[in-house]
Amino acid sequence: MVIGAGVGGALIGPADLRPDRVIAALLDRLPWLSIKSGLSERETAILFELRLPRVVLGLLVGAVLSVSGGAYQGVFRNPLADPYLLGVAAGAGLGATIAIVGVGSSSALVGVAAFIGALIAVAIAYSLGSTVGGRRTGSTLILAGVAVASFLTAVQTFVQQRNTDTIREVYSWILGRLGTVGWSEVGLMVPYAAVSITVILLHRRLLDVLAVGEEEARTLGVRPDRVRLIVVLAATLGTAGAVAVSGLIGFVGIIVPHTVRLLVGGAHRVILPLSVLGGAAFLVLADLIARTVLSPAEVPIGVITAFVGGPFFLLVLRNSSRSGGS
Amino acid sequence: MKRPIAVLIVGALLFAACARVGSDAGTTTLDLLGFPRDIAGITITEPPTRIISGSATHTEILFAIGAGDAVIAVDDYSDYPAEAGALPHLDAFSPSVEGFAALDPDLVIVTFDPNDLVGGLGALGIPVWVLDAPVTIDGVYEQIAEIGEVVGHGDGAEAVIDEMQTGIAEIVAALPSDGVRHTYYHELDDTYYSIGSETFLGSLYSILGMDSIADEAGGGYPQLSAEFIIAADPDFIFLGDGACCGQTPETVAARPGWDSLSAITNGRVVVLDEAVASRWGPRIVELLGVISDSMLADALAG
Repeated sequence: MVIGAGVGGALIGPADLRPDRVIAALLDRLPWLSIKSGLSERETAILFELRLPRVVLGLLVGAVLSVSGGAYQGVFRNPLADPYLLGVAAGAGLGATIAIVGVGSSSALVGVAAFIGALIAVAIAYSLGSTVGGRRTGSTLILAGVAVASFLTAVQTFVQQRNTDTIREVYSWILGRLGTVGWSEVGLMVPYAAVSITVILLHRRLLDVLAVGEEEARTLGVRPDRVRLIVVLAATLGTAGAVAVSGLIGFVGIIVPHTVRLLVGGAHRVILPLSVLGGAAFLVLADLIARTVLSPAEVPIGVITAFVGGPFFLLVLRNSSRSGGS
Repeated sequence: MKRPIAVLIVGALLFAACARVGSDAGTTTLDLLGFPRDIAGITITEPPTRIISGSATHTEILFAIGAGDAVIAVDDYSDYPAEAGALPHLDAFSPSVEGFAALDPDLVIVTFDPNDLVGGLGALGIPVWVLDAPVTIDGVYEQIAEIGEVVGHGDGAEAVIDEMQTGIAEIVAALPSDGVRHTYYHELDDTYYSIGSETFLGSLYSILGMDSIADEAGGGYPQLSAEFIIAADPDFIFLGDGACCGQTPETVAARPGWDSLSAITNGRVVVLDEAVASRWGPRIVELLGVISDSMLADALAG
C-alpha cells in the first residue's frame, strides 16, 4: 500500500508526464539498470526535484504524525489525543507567525522558529502539568496542554492581527504545505523521523502495559511517568520536525491510528508499526488529491486531511460506541 | 488648482445665498457641484474637509487629485505620498468605531467594512463610503472621478485620469506591434499563490498583451503547484513577493527544478513593488511602465 501510494504519487501530478517514461526514469536511477526514459530535461527536473521529494516528505511526515498520534492516544489513554495535544501546533504557529512577521516567510527561518516554538510549548505544558496538578497524571498534562495551546493561540492571533499584511503567508503556513518542498526539507526531516519512530516503536509494548491503567502498570514494574516522558519527547521531536517542514497538517494523527485500531484491534505493539505505514500512505494519497483535484491549482493539504478526517471521526465514534465504548 | 477652489468659494456663497432665499432656486446650483450627495444613506451637503482614508489606495488617490489637505488620518498601510505617511494612522483591518469617531471625520473611505463602520459611524451621522477594488482599469477611472466629485476636486480627478490614460497609451504604443502575446507567472508569495488574467492586476497585464499561466487553474488567486509552473514555462516571471518573502531572481533560480525555466535562463525575472501592485491608484501607470520596460529590454536584447 505504501509502495502503491508512493508510485502513484510519482506518476500523477499537474505536469503531464507520461507514466511509462516516469517509471523508466525511476528504474534508471537504480544502480544496476540503465534505461532511456525519454523524459526531457525539464520533465526530469519536475520528476526528481519537485515530485519525488514531495512524495518522500509526505511519507515521512505522514508516518511521524500518525505514529505520534497513536503513541499519544496510548500514553494518555484518550482516543481524542493527537500529536498537537500538548500545544505543539499552537507553539509552532506562534513561532512561525513571529518569524513571518519579523523576517518574512523565507522558509528556512520559519521552520526553525516553528520547531523551537513547538518544543517550548510542550516543555511549558509538560512542566505545568506536572507541578500544577500535584501528581503527574495523563489528564493534568492534557489540561495543561489545552491551557498552553489556547494561550499561545491567543498570542499568535494578536501578533497576526497587528500585522495584517502577512496574513496570507501565515494562513497558508497554518494549513500545511508540501507544495514548496525540495530534497533539503527531506534531509532535515529524516533524522527526526528516524529517532521519533524508532523510540516510539521500542516503547510499544510498554504502552500496552500502560493501557490497563496507571496503578496496574506500576504494580507490573512499569513507571508510567517515565514512559510518558520518553514517548512524549520522541513524539514531540518528530512532530516539531514535521511541522517545521510542512506546517500544520491536522487529523492524520487521529484518522490513521484509529483506522488501524478498527482493523486489527487494540494492541499498541500492532497498531503503532502499522500506523507508520498507514500514515505514510495516507498522507501521500492526500497530497496526491491536494495537487490534482483542482490541478494546476493546489488545495492546502490540511484541508484534504481534515475534510476526510471529520466524517471519519464520526465513523470511529459510532463504531466505538456500538461496541460498548472505549 | 485654482479653479476648483474658486468654484468652491462661489458654490459656498451661492449655497449661503440660496439657504437664505429658499430651496427651489438652490437645487440647480447645488446640483452643478454634485451636492447634496447621498453616501450610505447620509446626506452630505458640501465637500468634506475631515476625511479618513481607510486604504492606501484611496490615500494615494485623494492626494493625487489635490484633496490631501482634507485628509486627517489614514490607515496603517498608507505610506505614499510622504505627507500621507506622516498623518495619524488607524487600523482599518479591524477598525474601532470609537477610534474613528474620536477624530471627528466628515467622510470615511474604506475598501471593506468588517466591523460595520457604516452602521456604527452612520448612527453618529458620519458617512462611510465603501469603495471596493475595481475589476478593470475603467473601474479605476470611474472610482477616481467619483471620489473627485464627492470631495470637491472633480477637476483634479479629471487631470489625474487624463494623465493616467496618456501614460498608459504611451506605454502601449512603445511596445512591439508584432501582436505576439506573452505568458507570465505573477508570484504573490513564496508558496506560489498567483493571479489570473481576470483579476484587476491581471487586467493590467492584459493591456500589455500578456496572459497569466494561472488562467488554466481557473483564474482568481489560485495557489499553483511548482510542477505546473515549470511545465507551463512562462515567458516572464514577475515577483510580487520581494518585500514580504525576500524573493529575488537569484532565490527563484535556486529553487529546485526552476533553473531550467526559460524566464530564468533569459533573465526575464522581474521584482515588482508589491505595494504598488496591490493598489489601484494612479501609480498603476508606474507599474505598467516597469512591466513594459522588462518586455522592451527583452525585445532589444533578443
